[in-house]
Amino acid sequence: MANGSSPATRPVSGPGSGSLERSEGVRRTVGDFTVPDPVMVCREVDVHYGDKHAIRKVSLDIANNEVIAMIGPSGCGKSTFLRCLNRLNDTIPTARVTGSISLEGRDIYDKRQDVVQLRARVGMVFQKPNPFPKSVYENVAYGPRIHGLAADRTELDEIVQTSLKRAGLWEEVKDRLDQPGTALSGGQQQRLCIARTIAVNPGVILMDEPCSALDPIATARIEDLIDELRQNYAICIVTHSMQQAARVSQRTAYFHLGDLIEVGPTDLIFTNPRHKLTEDYITGRFG
Amino acid sequence: MSEPILSPDTGETAAERTRRLVERGLRRRYRAERRFQAYGIAAISIGLLFIGLLFTSILSSGWTIFTQTYVQLDIEYSPEELGLPENPTVEDLGLADYQALVRVAIRERFPDVEGRANLRELYGLVSSGAQFELRDRAMAKPSLIGKRETLWVPADDRVDQLVKGKIDREEPEDRRGVSDQAVAWIDALTADGRLERRFNRTFFTTGDSREPEQAGVWGAVVGSFLTLVVTLLLSFPIGVAAAVYLEEFAPKNRITDFIEVNINNLAAVPSIVFGLLGLAVFIQLFGLPRSAPLVGGLVLTLMTLPTIIIASRAALKGVPPSIREAALGMGASEVQTVAHHVLPRAMPGMLTGAIIGMARALGESAPLLMIGMVAFIVDIPGGFRDPSTVLPVQVYLWADSPERAFLERTSGAILVLLGFLLLMNATAVVLRQRFERRW
Repeated sequence: MANGSSPATRPVSGPGSGSLERSEGVRRTVGDFTVPDPVMVCREVDVHYGDKHAIRKVSLDIANNEVIAMIGPSGCGKSTFLRCLNRLNDTIPTARVTGSISLEGRDIYDKRQDVVQLRARVGMVFQKPNPFPKSVYENVAYGPRIHGLAADRTELDEIVQTSLKRAGLWEEVKDRLDQPGTALSGGQQQRLCIARTIAVNPGVILMDEPCSALDPIATARIEDLIDELRQNYAICIVTHSMQQAARVSQRTAYFHLGDLIEVGPTDLIFTNPRHKLTEDYITGRFG
Repeated sequence: MSEPILSPDTGETAAERTRRLVERGLRRRYRAERRFQAYGIAAISIGLLFIGLLFTSILSSGWTIFTQTYVQLDIEYSPEELGLPENPTVEDLGLADYQALVRVAIRERFPDVEGRANLRELYGLVSSGAQFELRDRAMAKPSLIGKRETLWVPADDRVDQLVKGKIDREEPEDRRGVSDQAVAWIDALTADGRLERRFNRTFFTTGDSREPEQAGVWGAVVGSFLTLVVTLLLSFPIGVAAAVYLEEFAPKNRITDFIEVNINNLAAVPSIVFGLLGLAVFIQLFGLPRSAPLVGGLVLTLMTLPTIIIASRAALKGVPPSIREAALGMGASEVQTVAHHVLPRAMPGMLTGAIIGMARALGESAPLLMIGMVAFIVDIPGGFRDPSTVLPVQVYLWADSPERAFLERTSGAILVLLGFLLLMNATAVVLRQRFERRW
């Protein structure tokens, strides 16, 4: 699918419209958005959905072995930004992304960059658990299979098993690998989706509100899992729950109406926000 | 907590007022719901009533098609009557006069009948097809010549209709179509046990004929089958591929909008127009044979394609976007996403579209009129290029014939058509369930 200037033939209700008034001009981000050894580097990223300016000049680094939480009121552009990182916005014909995003030094919006290759390195877990309507085994095996990661069946079995183990799901599903993934509970489905994502060993995992459809117990399990996965991956998580952001992340980025307002270590953001908007949000004045 | 008194006259609180008003409205709401359900039940009942009427009328006039009246004759394969030379060759056997054997056998039973007109009437009791049956037997087994055997041969269609009660015995002779004398012969044969209704194999195994008792529906069944095979093999893959491209890959612009509008319009084009197109393109331009299932199938493909494309696109639209995102997010390419996840999910809906299209194609006769499939064809088609006819056309041809026995055959052919349809739909339903069971 072509990225860029395809004409607006169908309206897309992308993020970007908030109840708050948009101020003119780009706000400068408070705090240091760079890290010493970034895996992904985003500079001056703008996203338009047709006429709508969803994200304005966002610059942010994503570090290895770290969880970065993106918070902000609905429609602030955090999901849009996340979807730029694996170019999933490409599927929306009216979406236009400018600026530069690079993964390990290579521009992911470069013409030579293959989207398939990119998405194998930047995995994604969605808000609503969306296992494929196939068996548990097939769900996890799908990625390795299409990317040709396993030489034979034994190797594939091994990948499936380790992925399920790392997602903390193995004990629960080891006897019913051939049953449909859609028959699992919501929390199990989401862990299955995580297992599916880590089965291809991506460098970065994007999570778009992964716990919003889950109960507190399932949420706690996913949060523990995120904390474990941090040892091996760079994780970006979008969340509406500030408690969750505080619990799982090391850095937090606060988005507001398409602007990246403030970035910083999570403990600092939540105890001592420097920007007025951030303070208003985390103290519950709006959002 | 004290509640505010709204109306000082009644002393009613706000909560009580809400309850009273809701209760009053509830009755009305329930009444409306019951009324609405009653409309639905009435509609379904009327529909069922008419389906019942349809089946009763077809079955009542068509069920007798399963039997056919046969006459038992003692046939002597006498070489003299056959006019055979000494040591006859197979060719001689083929050219011999078997009608004479039938005549002799009947006269044996009714030796008193005199006069040419009476004799002709007597001979007319037996179907003119009997001689061909005898010929086939003699040619298959030449040792029969000179021997005697007892055979059941088909009776004439008027005899059949009288035996089945389709011709009223009480009617005056001149309006009945069967003379009093013939009725007497029929009764005599029945009393002898030489006239019997037996299973009508002819109807289910032969092609069309001018003689109702020799006319069969099998030629049309094979013609319909071959035509639909061509239609299905072409329209389903082309329709699905077109739908997949338009829905999943095509850029959204004026050209695709234009194509979409035109596909929707094509679905509503009268089918005879496709027949005209088929005549001009397939027969006149490409020089394909007339009356052939191949051309019929091509024409019906044109007619069915819009239906299948529209249904397939609707099925593809119905696949939840989360599945696509999941696959794309895993790094599947767009083709992989469609082939592995979207198509299997959309398959049941696509099959439904195919069923609707094929059912319509099965019942279609107008476009086939233009390409010469409305023809009197006796032979059973052996391939896609052989002349043939199809079931609805056969129904139409028989309904148009004056003989009373063809009325029965018309209903019989409709029964066969409905059976064909049921079989086809049952297959599709089984297929669809198999796809649905894969989650």
